[in-house]
Amino acid sequence: MNARNPREAQIVVDPDVPMVKIIREFDAPPEKVFRAHADPDLFMKWVGPDSLDASKIDRWDFRTGGEWRYVSTRDGDEFWFRGCFHEVRPNELIVQTFTFEGYPDGVALERLALEDLGNGRTRLVATSLVDSFEGRDAFIASGMETGVQEGYRRLDALLASV
Amino acid sequence: MGAALQLDPLSQVFSALADPVRRDIVGRLAGGDATVTELAQPYGISIQAISKHVKVLESTGLVTRSRDAQTRPVHLEAKVFDLMTAWIERYRRQAEQRYRRLDAVLADLPDDPPPTTHSTKETQP
Repeated sequence: MNARNPREAQIVVDPDVPMVKIIREFDAPPEKVFRAHADPDLFMKWVGPDSLDASKIDRWDFRTGGEWRYVSTRDGDEFWFRGCFHEVRPNELIVQTFTFEGYPDGVALERLALEDLGNGRTRLVATSLVDSFEGRDAFIASGMETGVQEGYRRLDALLASV
Repeated sequence: MGAALQLDPLSQVFSALADPVRRDIVGRLAGGDATVTELAQPYGISIQAISKHVKVLESTGLVTRSRDAQTRPVHLEAKVFDLMTAWIERYRRQAEQRYRRLDAVLADLPDDPPPTTHSTKETQP
């Protein structure tokens, strides 16, 4: 059923726990993939999304027990995100929390595991766990990072086409 | 559910599927229509309870019930189910786009890590 390029990101929406898993392989060793997550300037280059005008780091203390916070801007609206680096193990594992400050009661527990595939390749397994199915599904439906307005505009278009 | 909370149609679908019994019912209906009595059989719960679950699914448009037959078999509406699948695919594509940007960053990265990689950074606003 799934004939897409195996290199592309795979998604698993868990039916039993409110979790989403994304699996993706990179043509770079774990050290580099880790560095692209650890260095705030590198991280801001790719975290996106494209639809946002700009993202700016407010706090970035990349170590076990550290914290992070950044703001994304679109059409003058600011979207703040923050969380804690719960566990940082170089080139292997990042466990962190993720909260959209517009909905401070909601928090996702994110686990990014890097697997060395050899030959300078890495598999990233990123799981995001929240505390309810409603929360998980709202996360998928809105994309959170992309902003709720864009999410609803796209929903309107999808519903109009059904 | 509070009247103040206006859920959009998709959230209603997601919300209805938050219940494991309802998710299971939808999974079984994907294999073909079934009556409420048939749906109730594998569970240790009453036909009335299953009927309630079906009503919740009906209210979202995920399932419909035939008016023709006396048993009123329950039917999964594939279009609504596909809408949810489309949202999951949209989320996946966002991740793929993000990681293609990461591909580009990785391709430009020098082999030797800078000495400041693991240091604390406080940026000025």
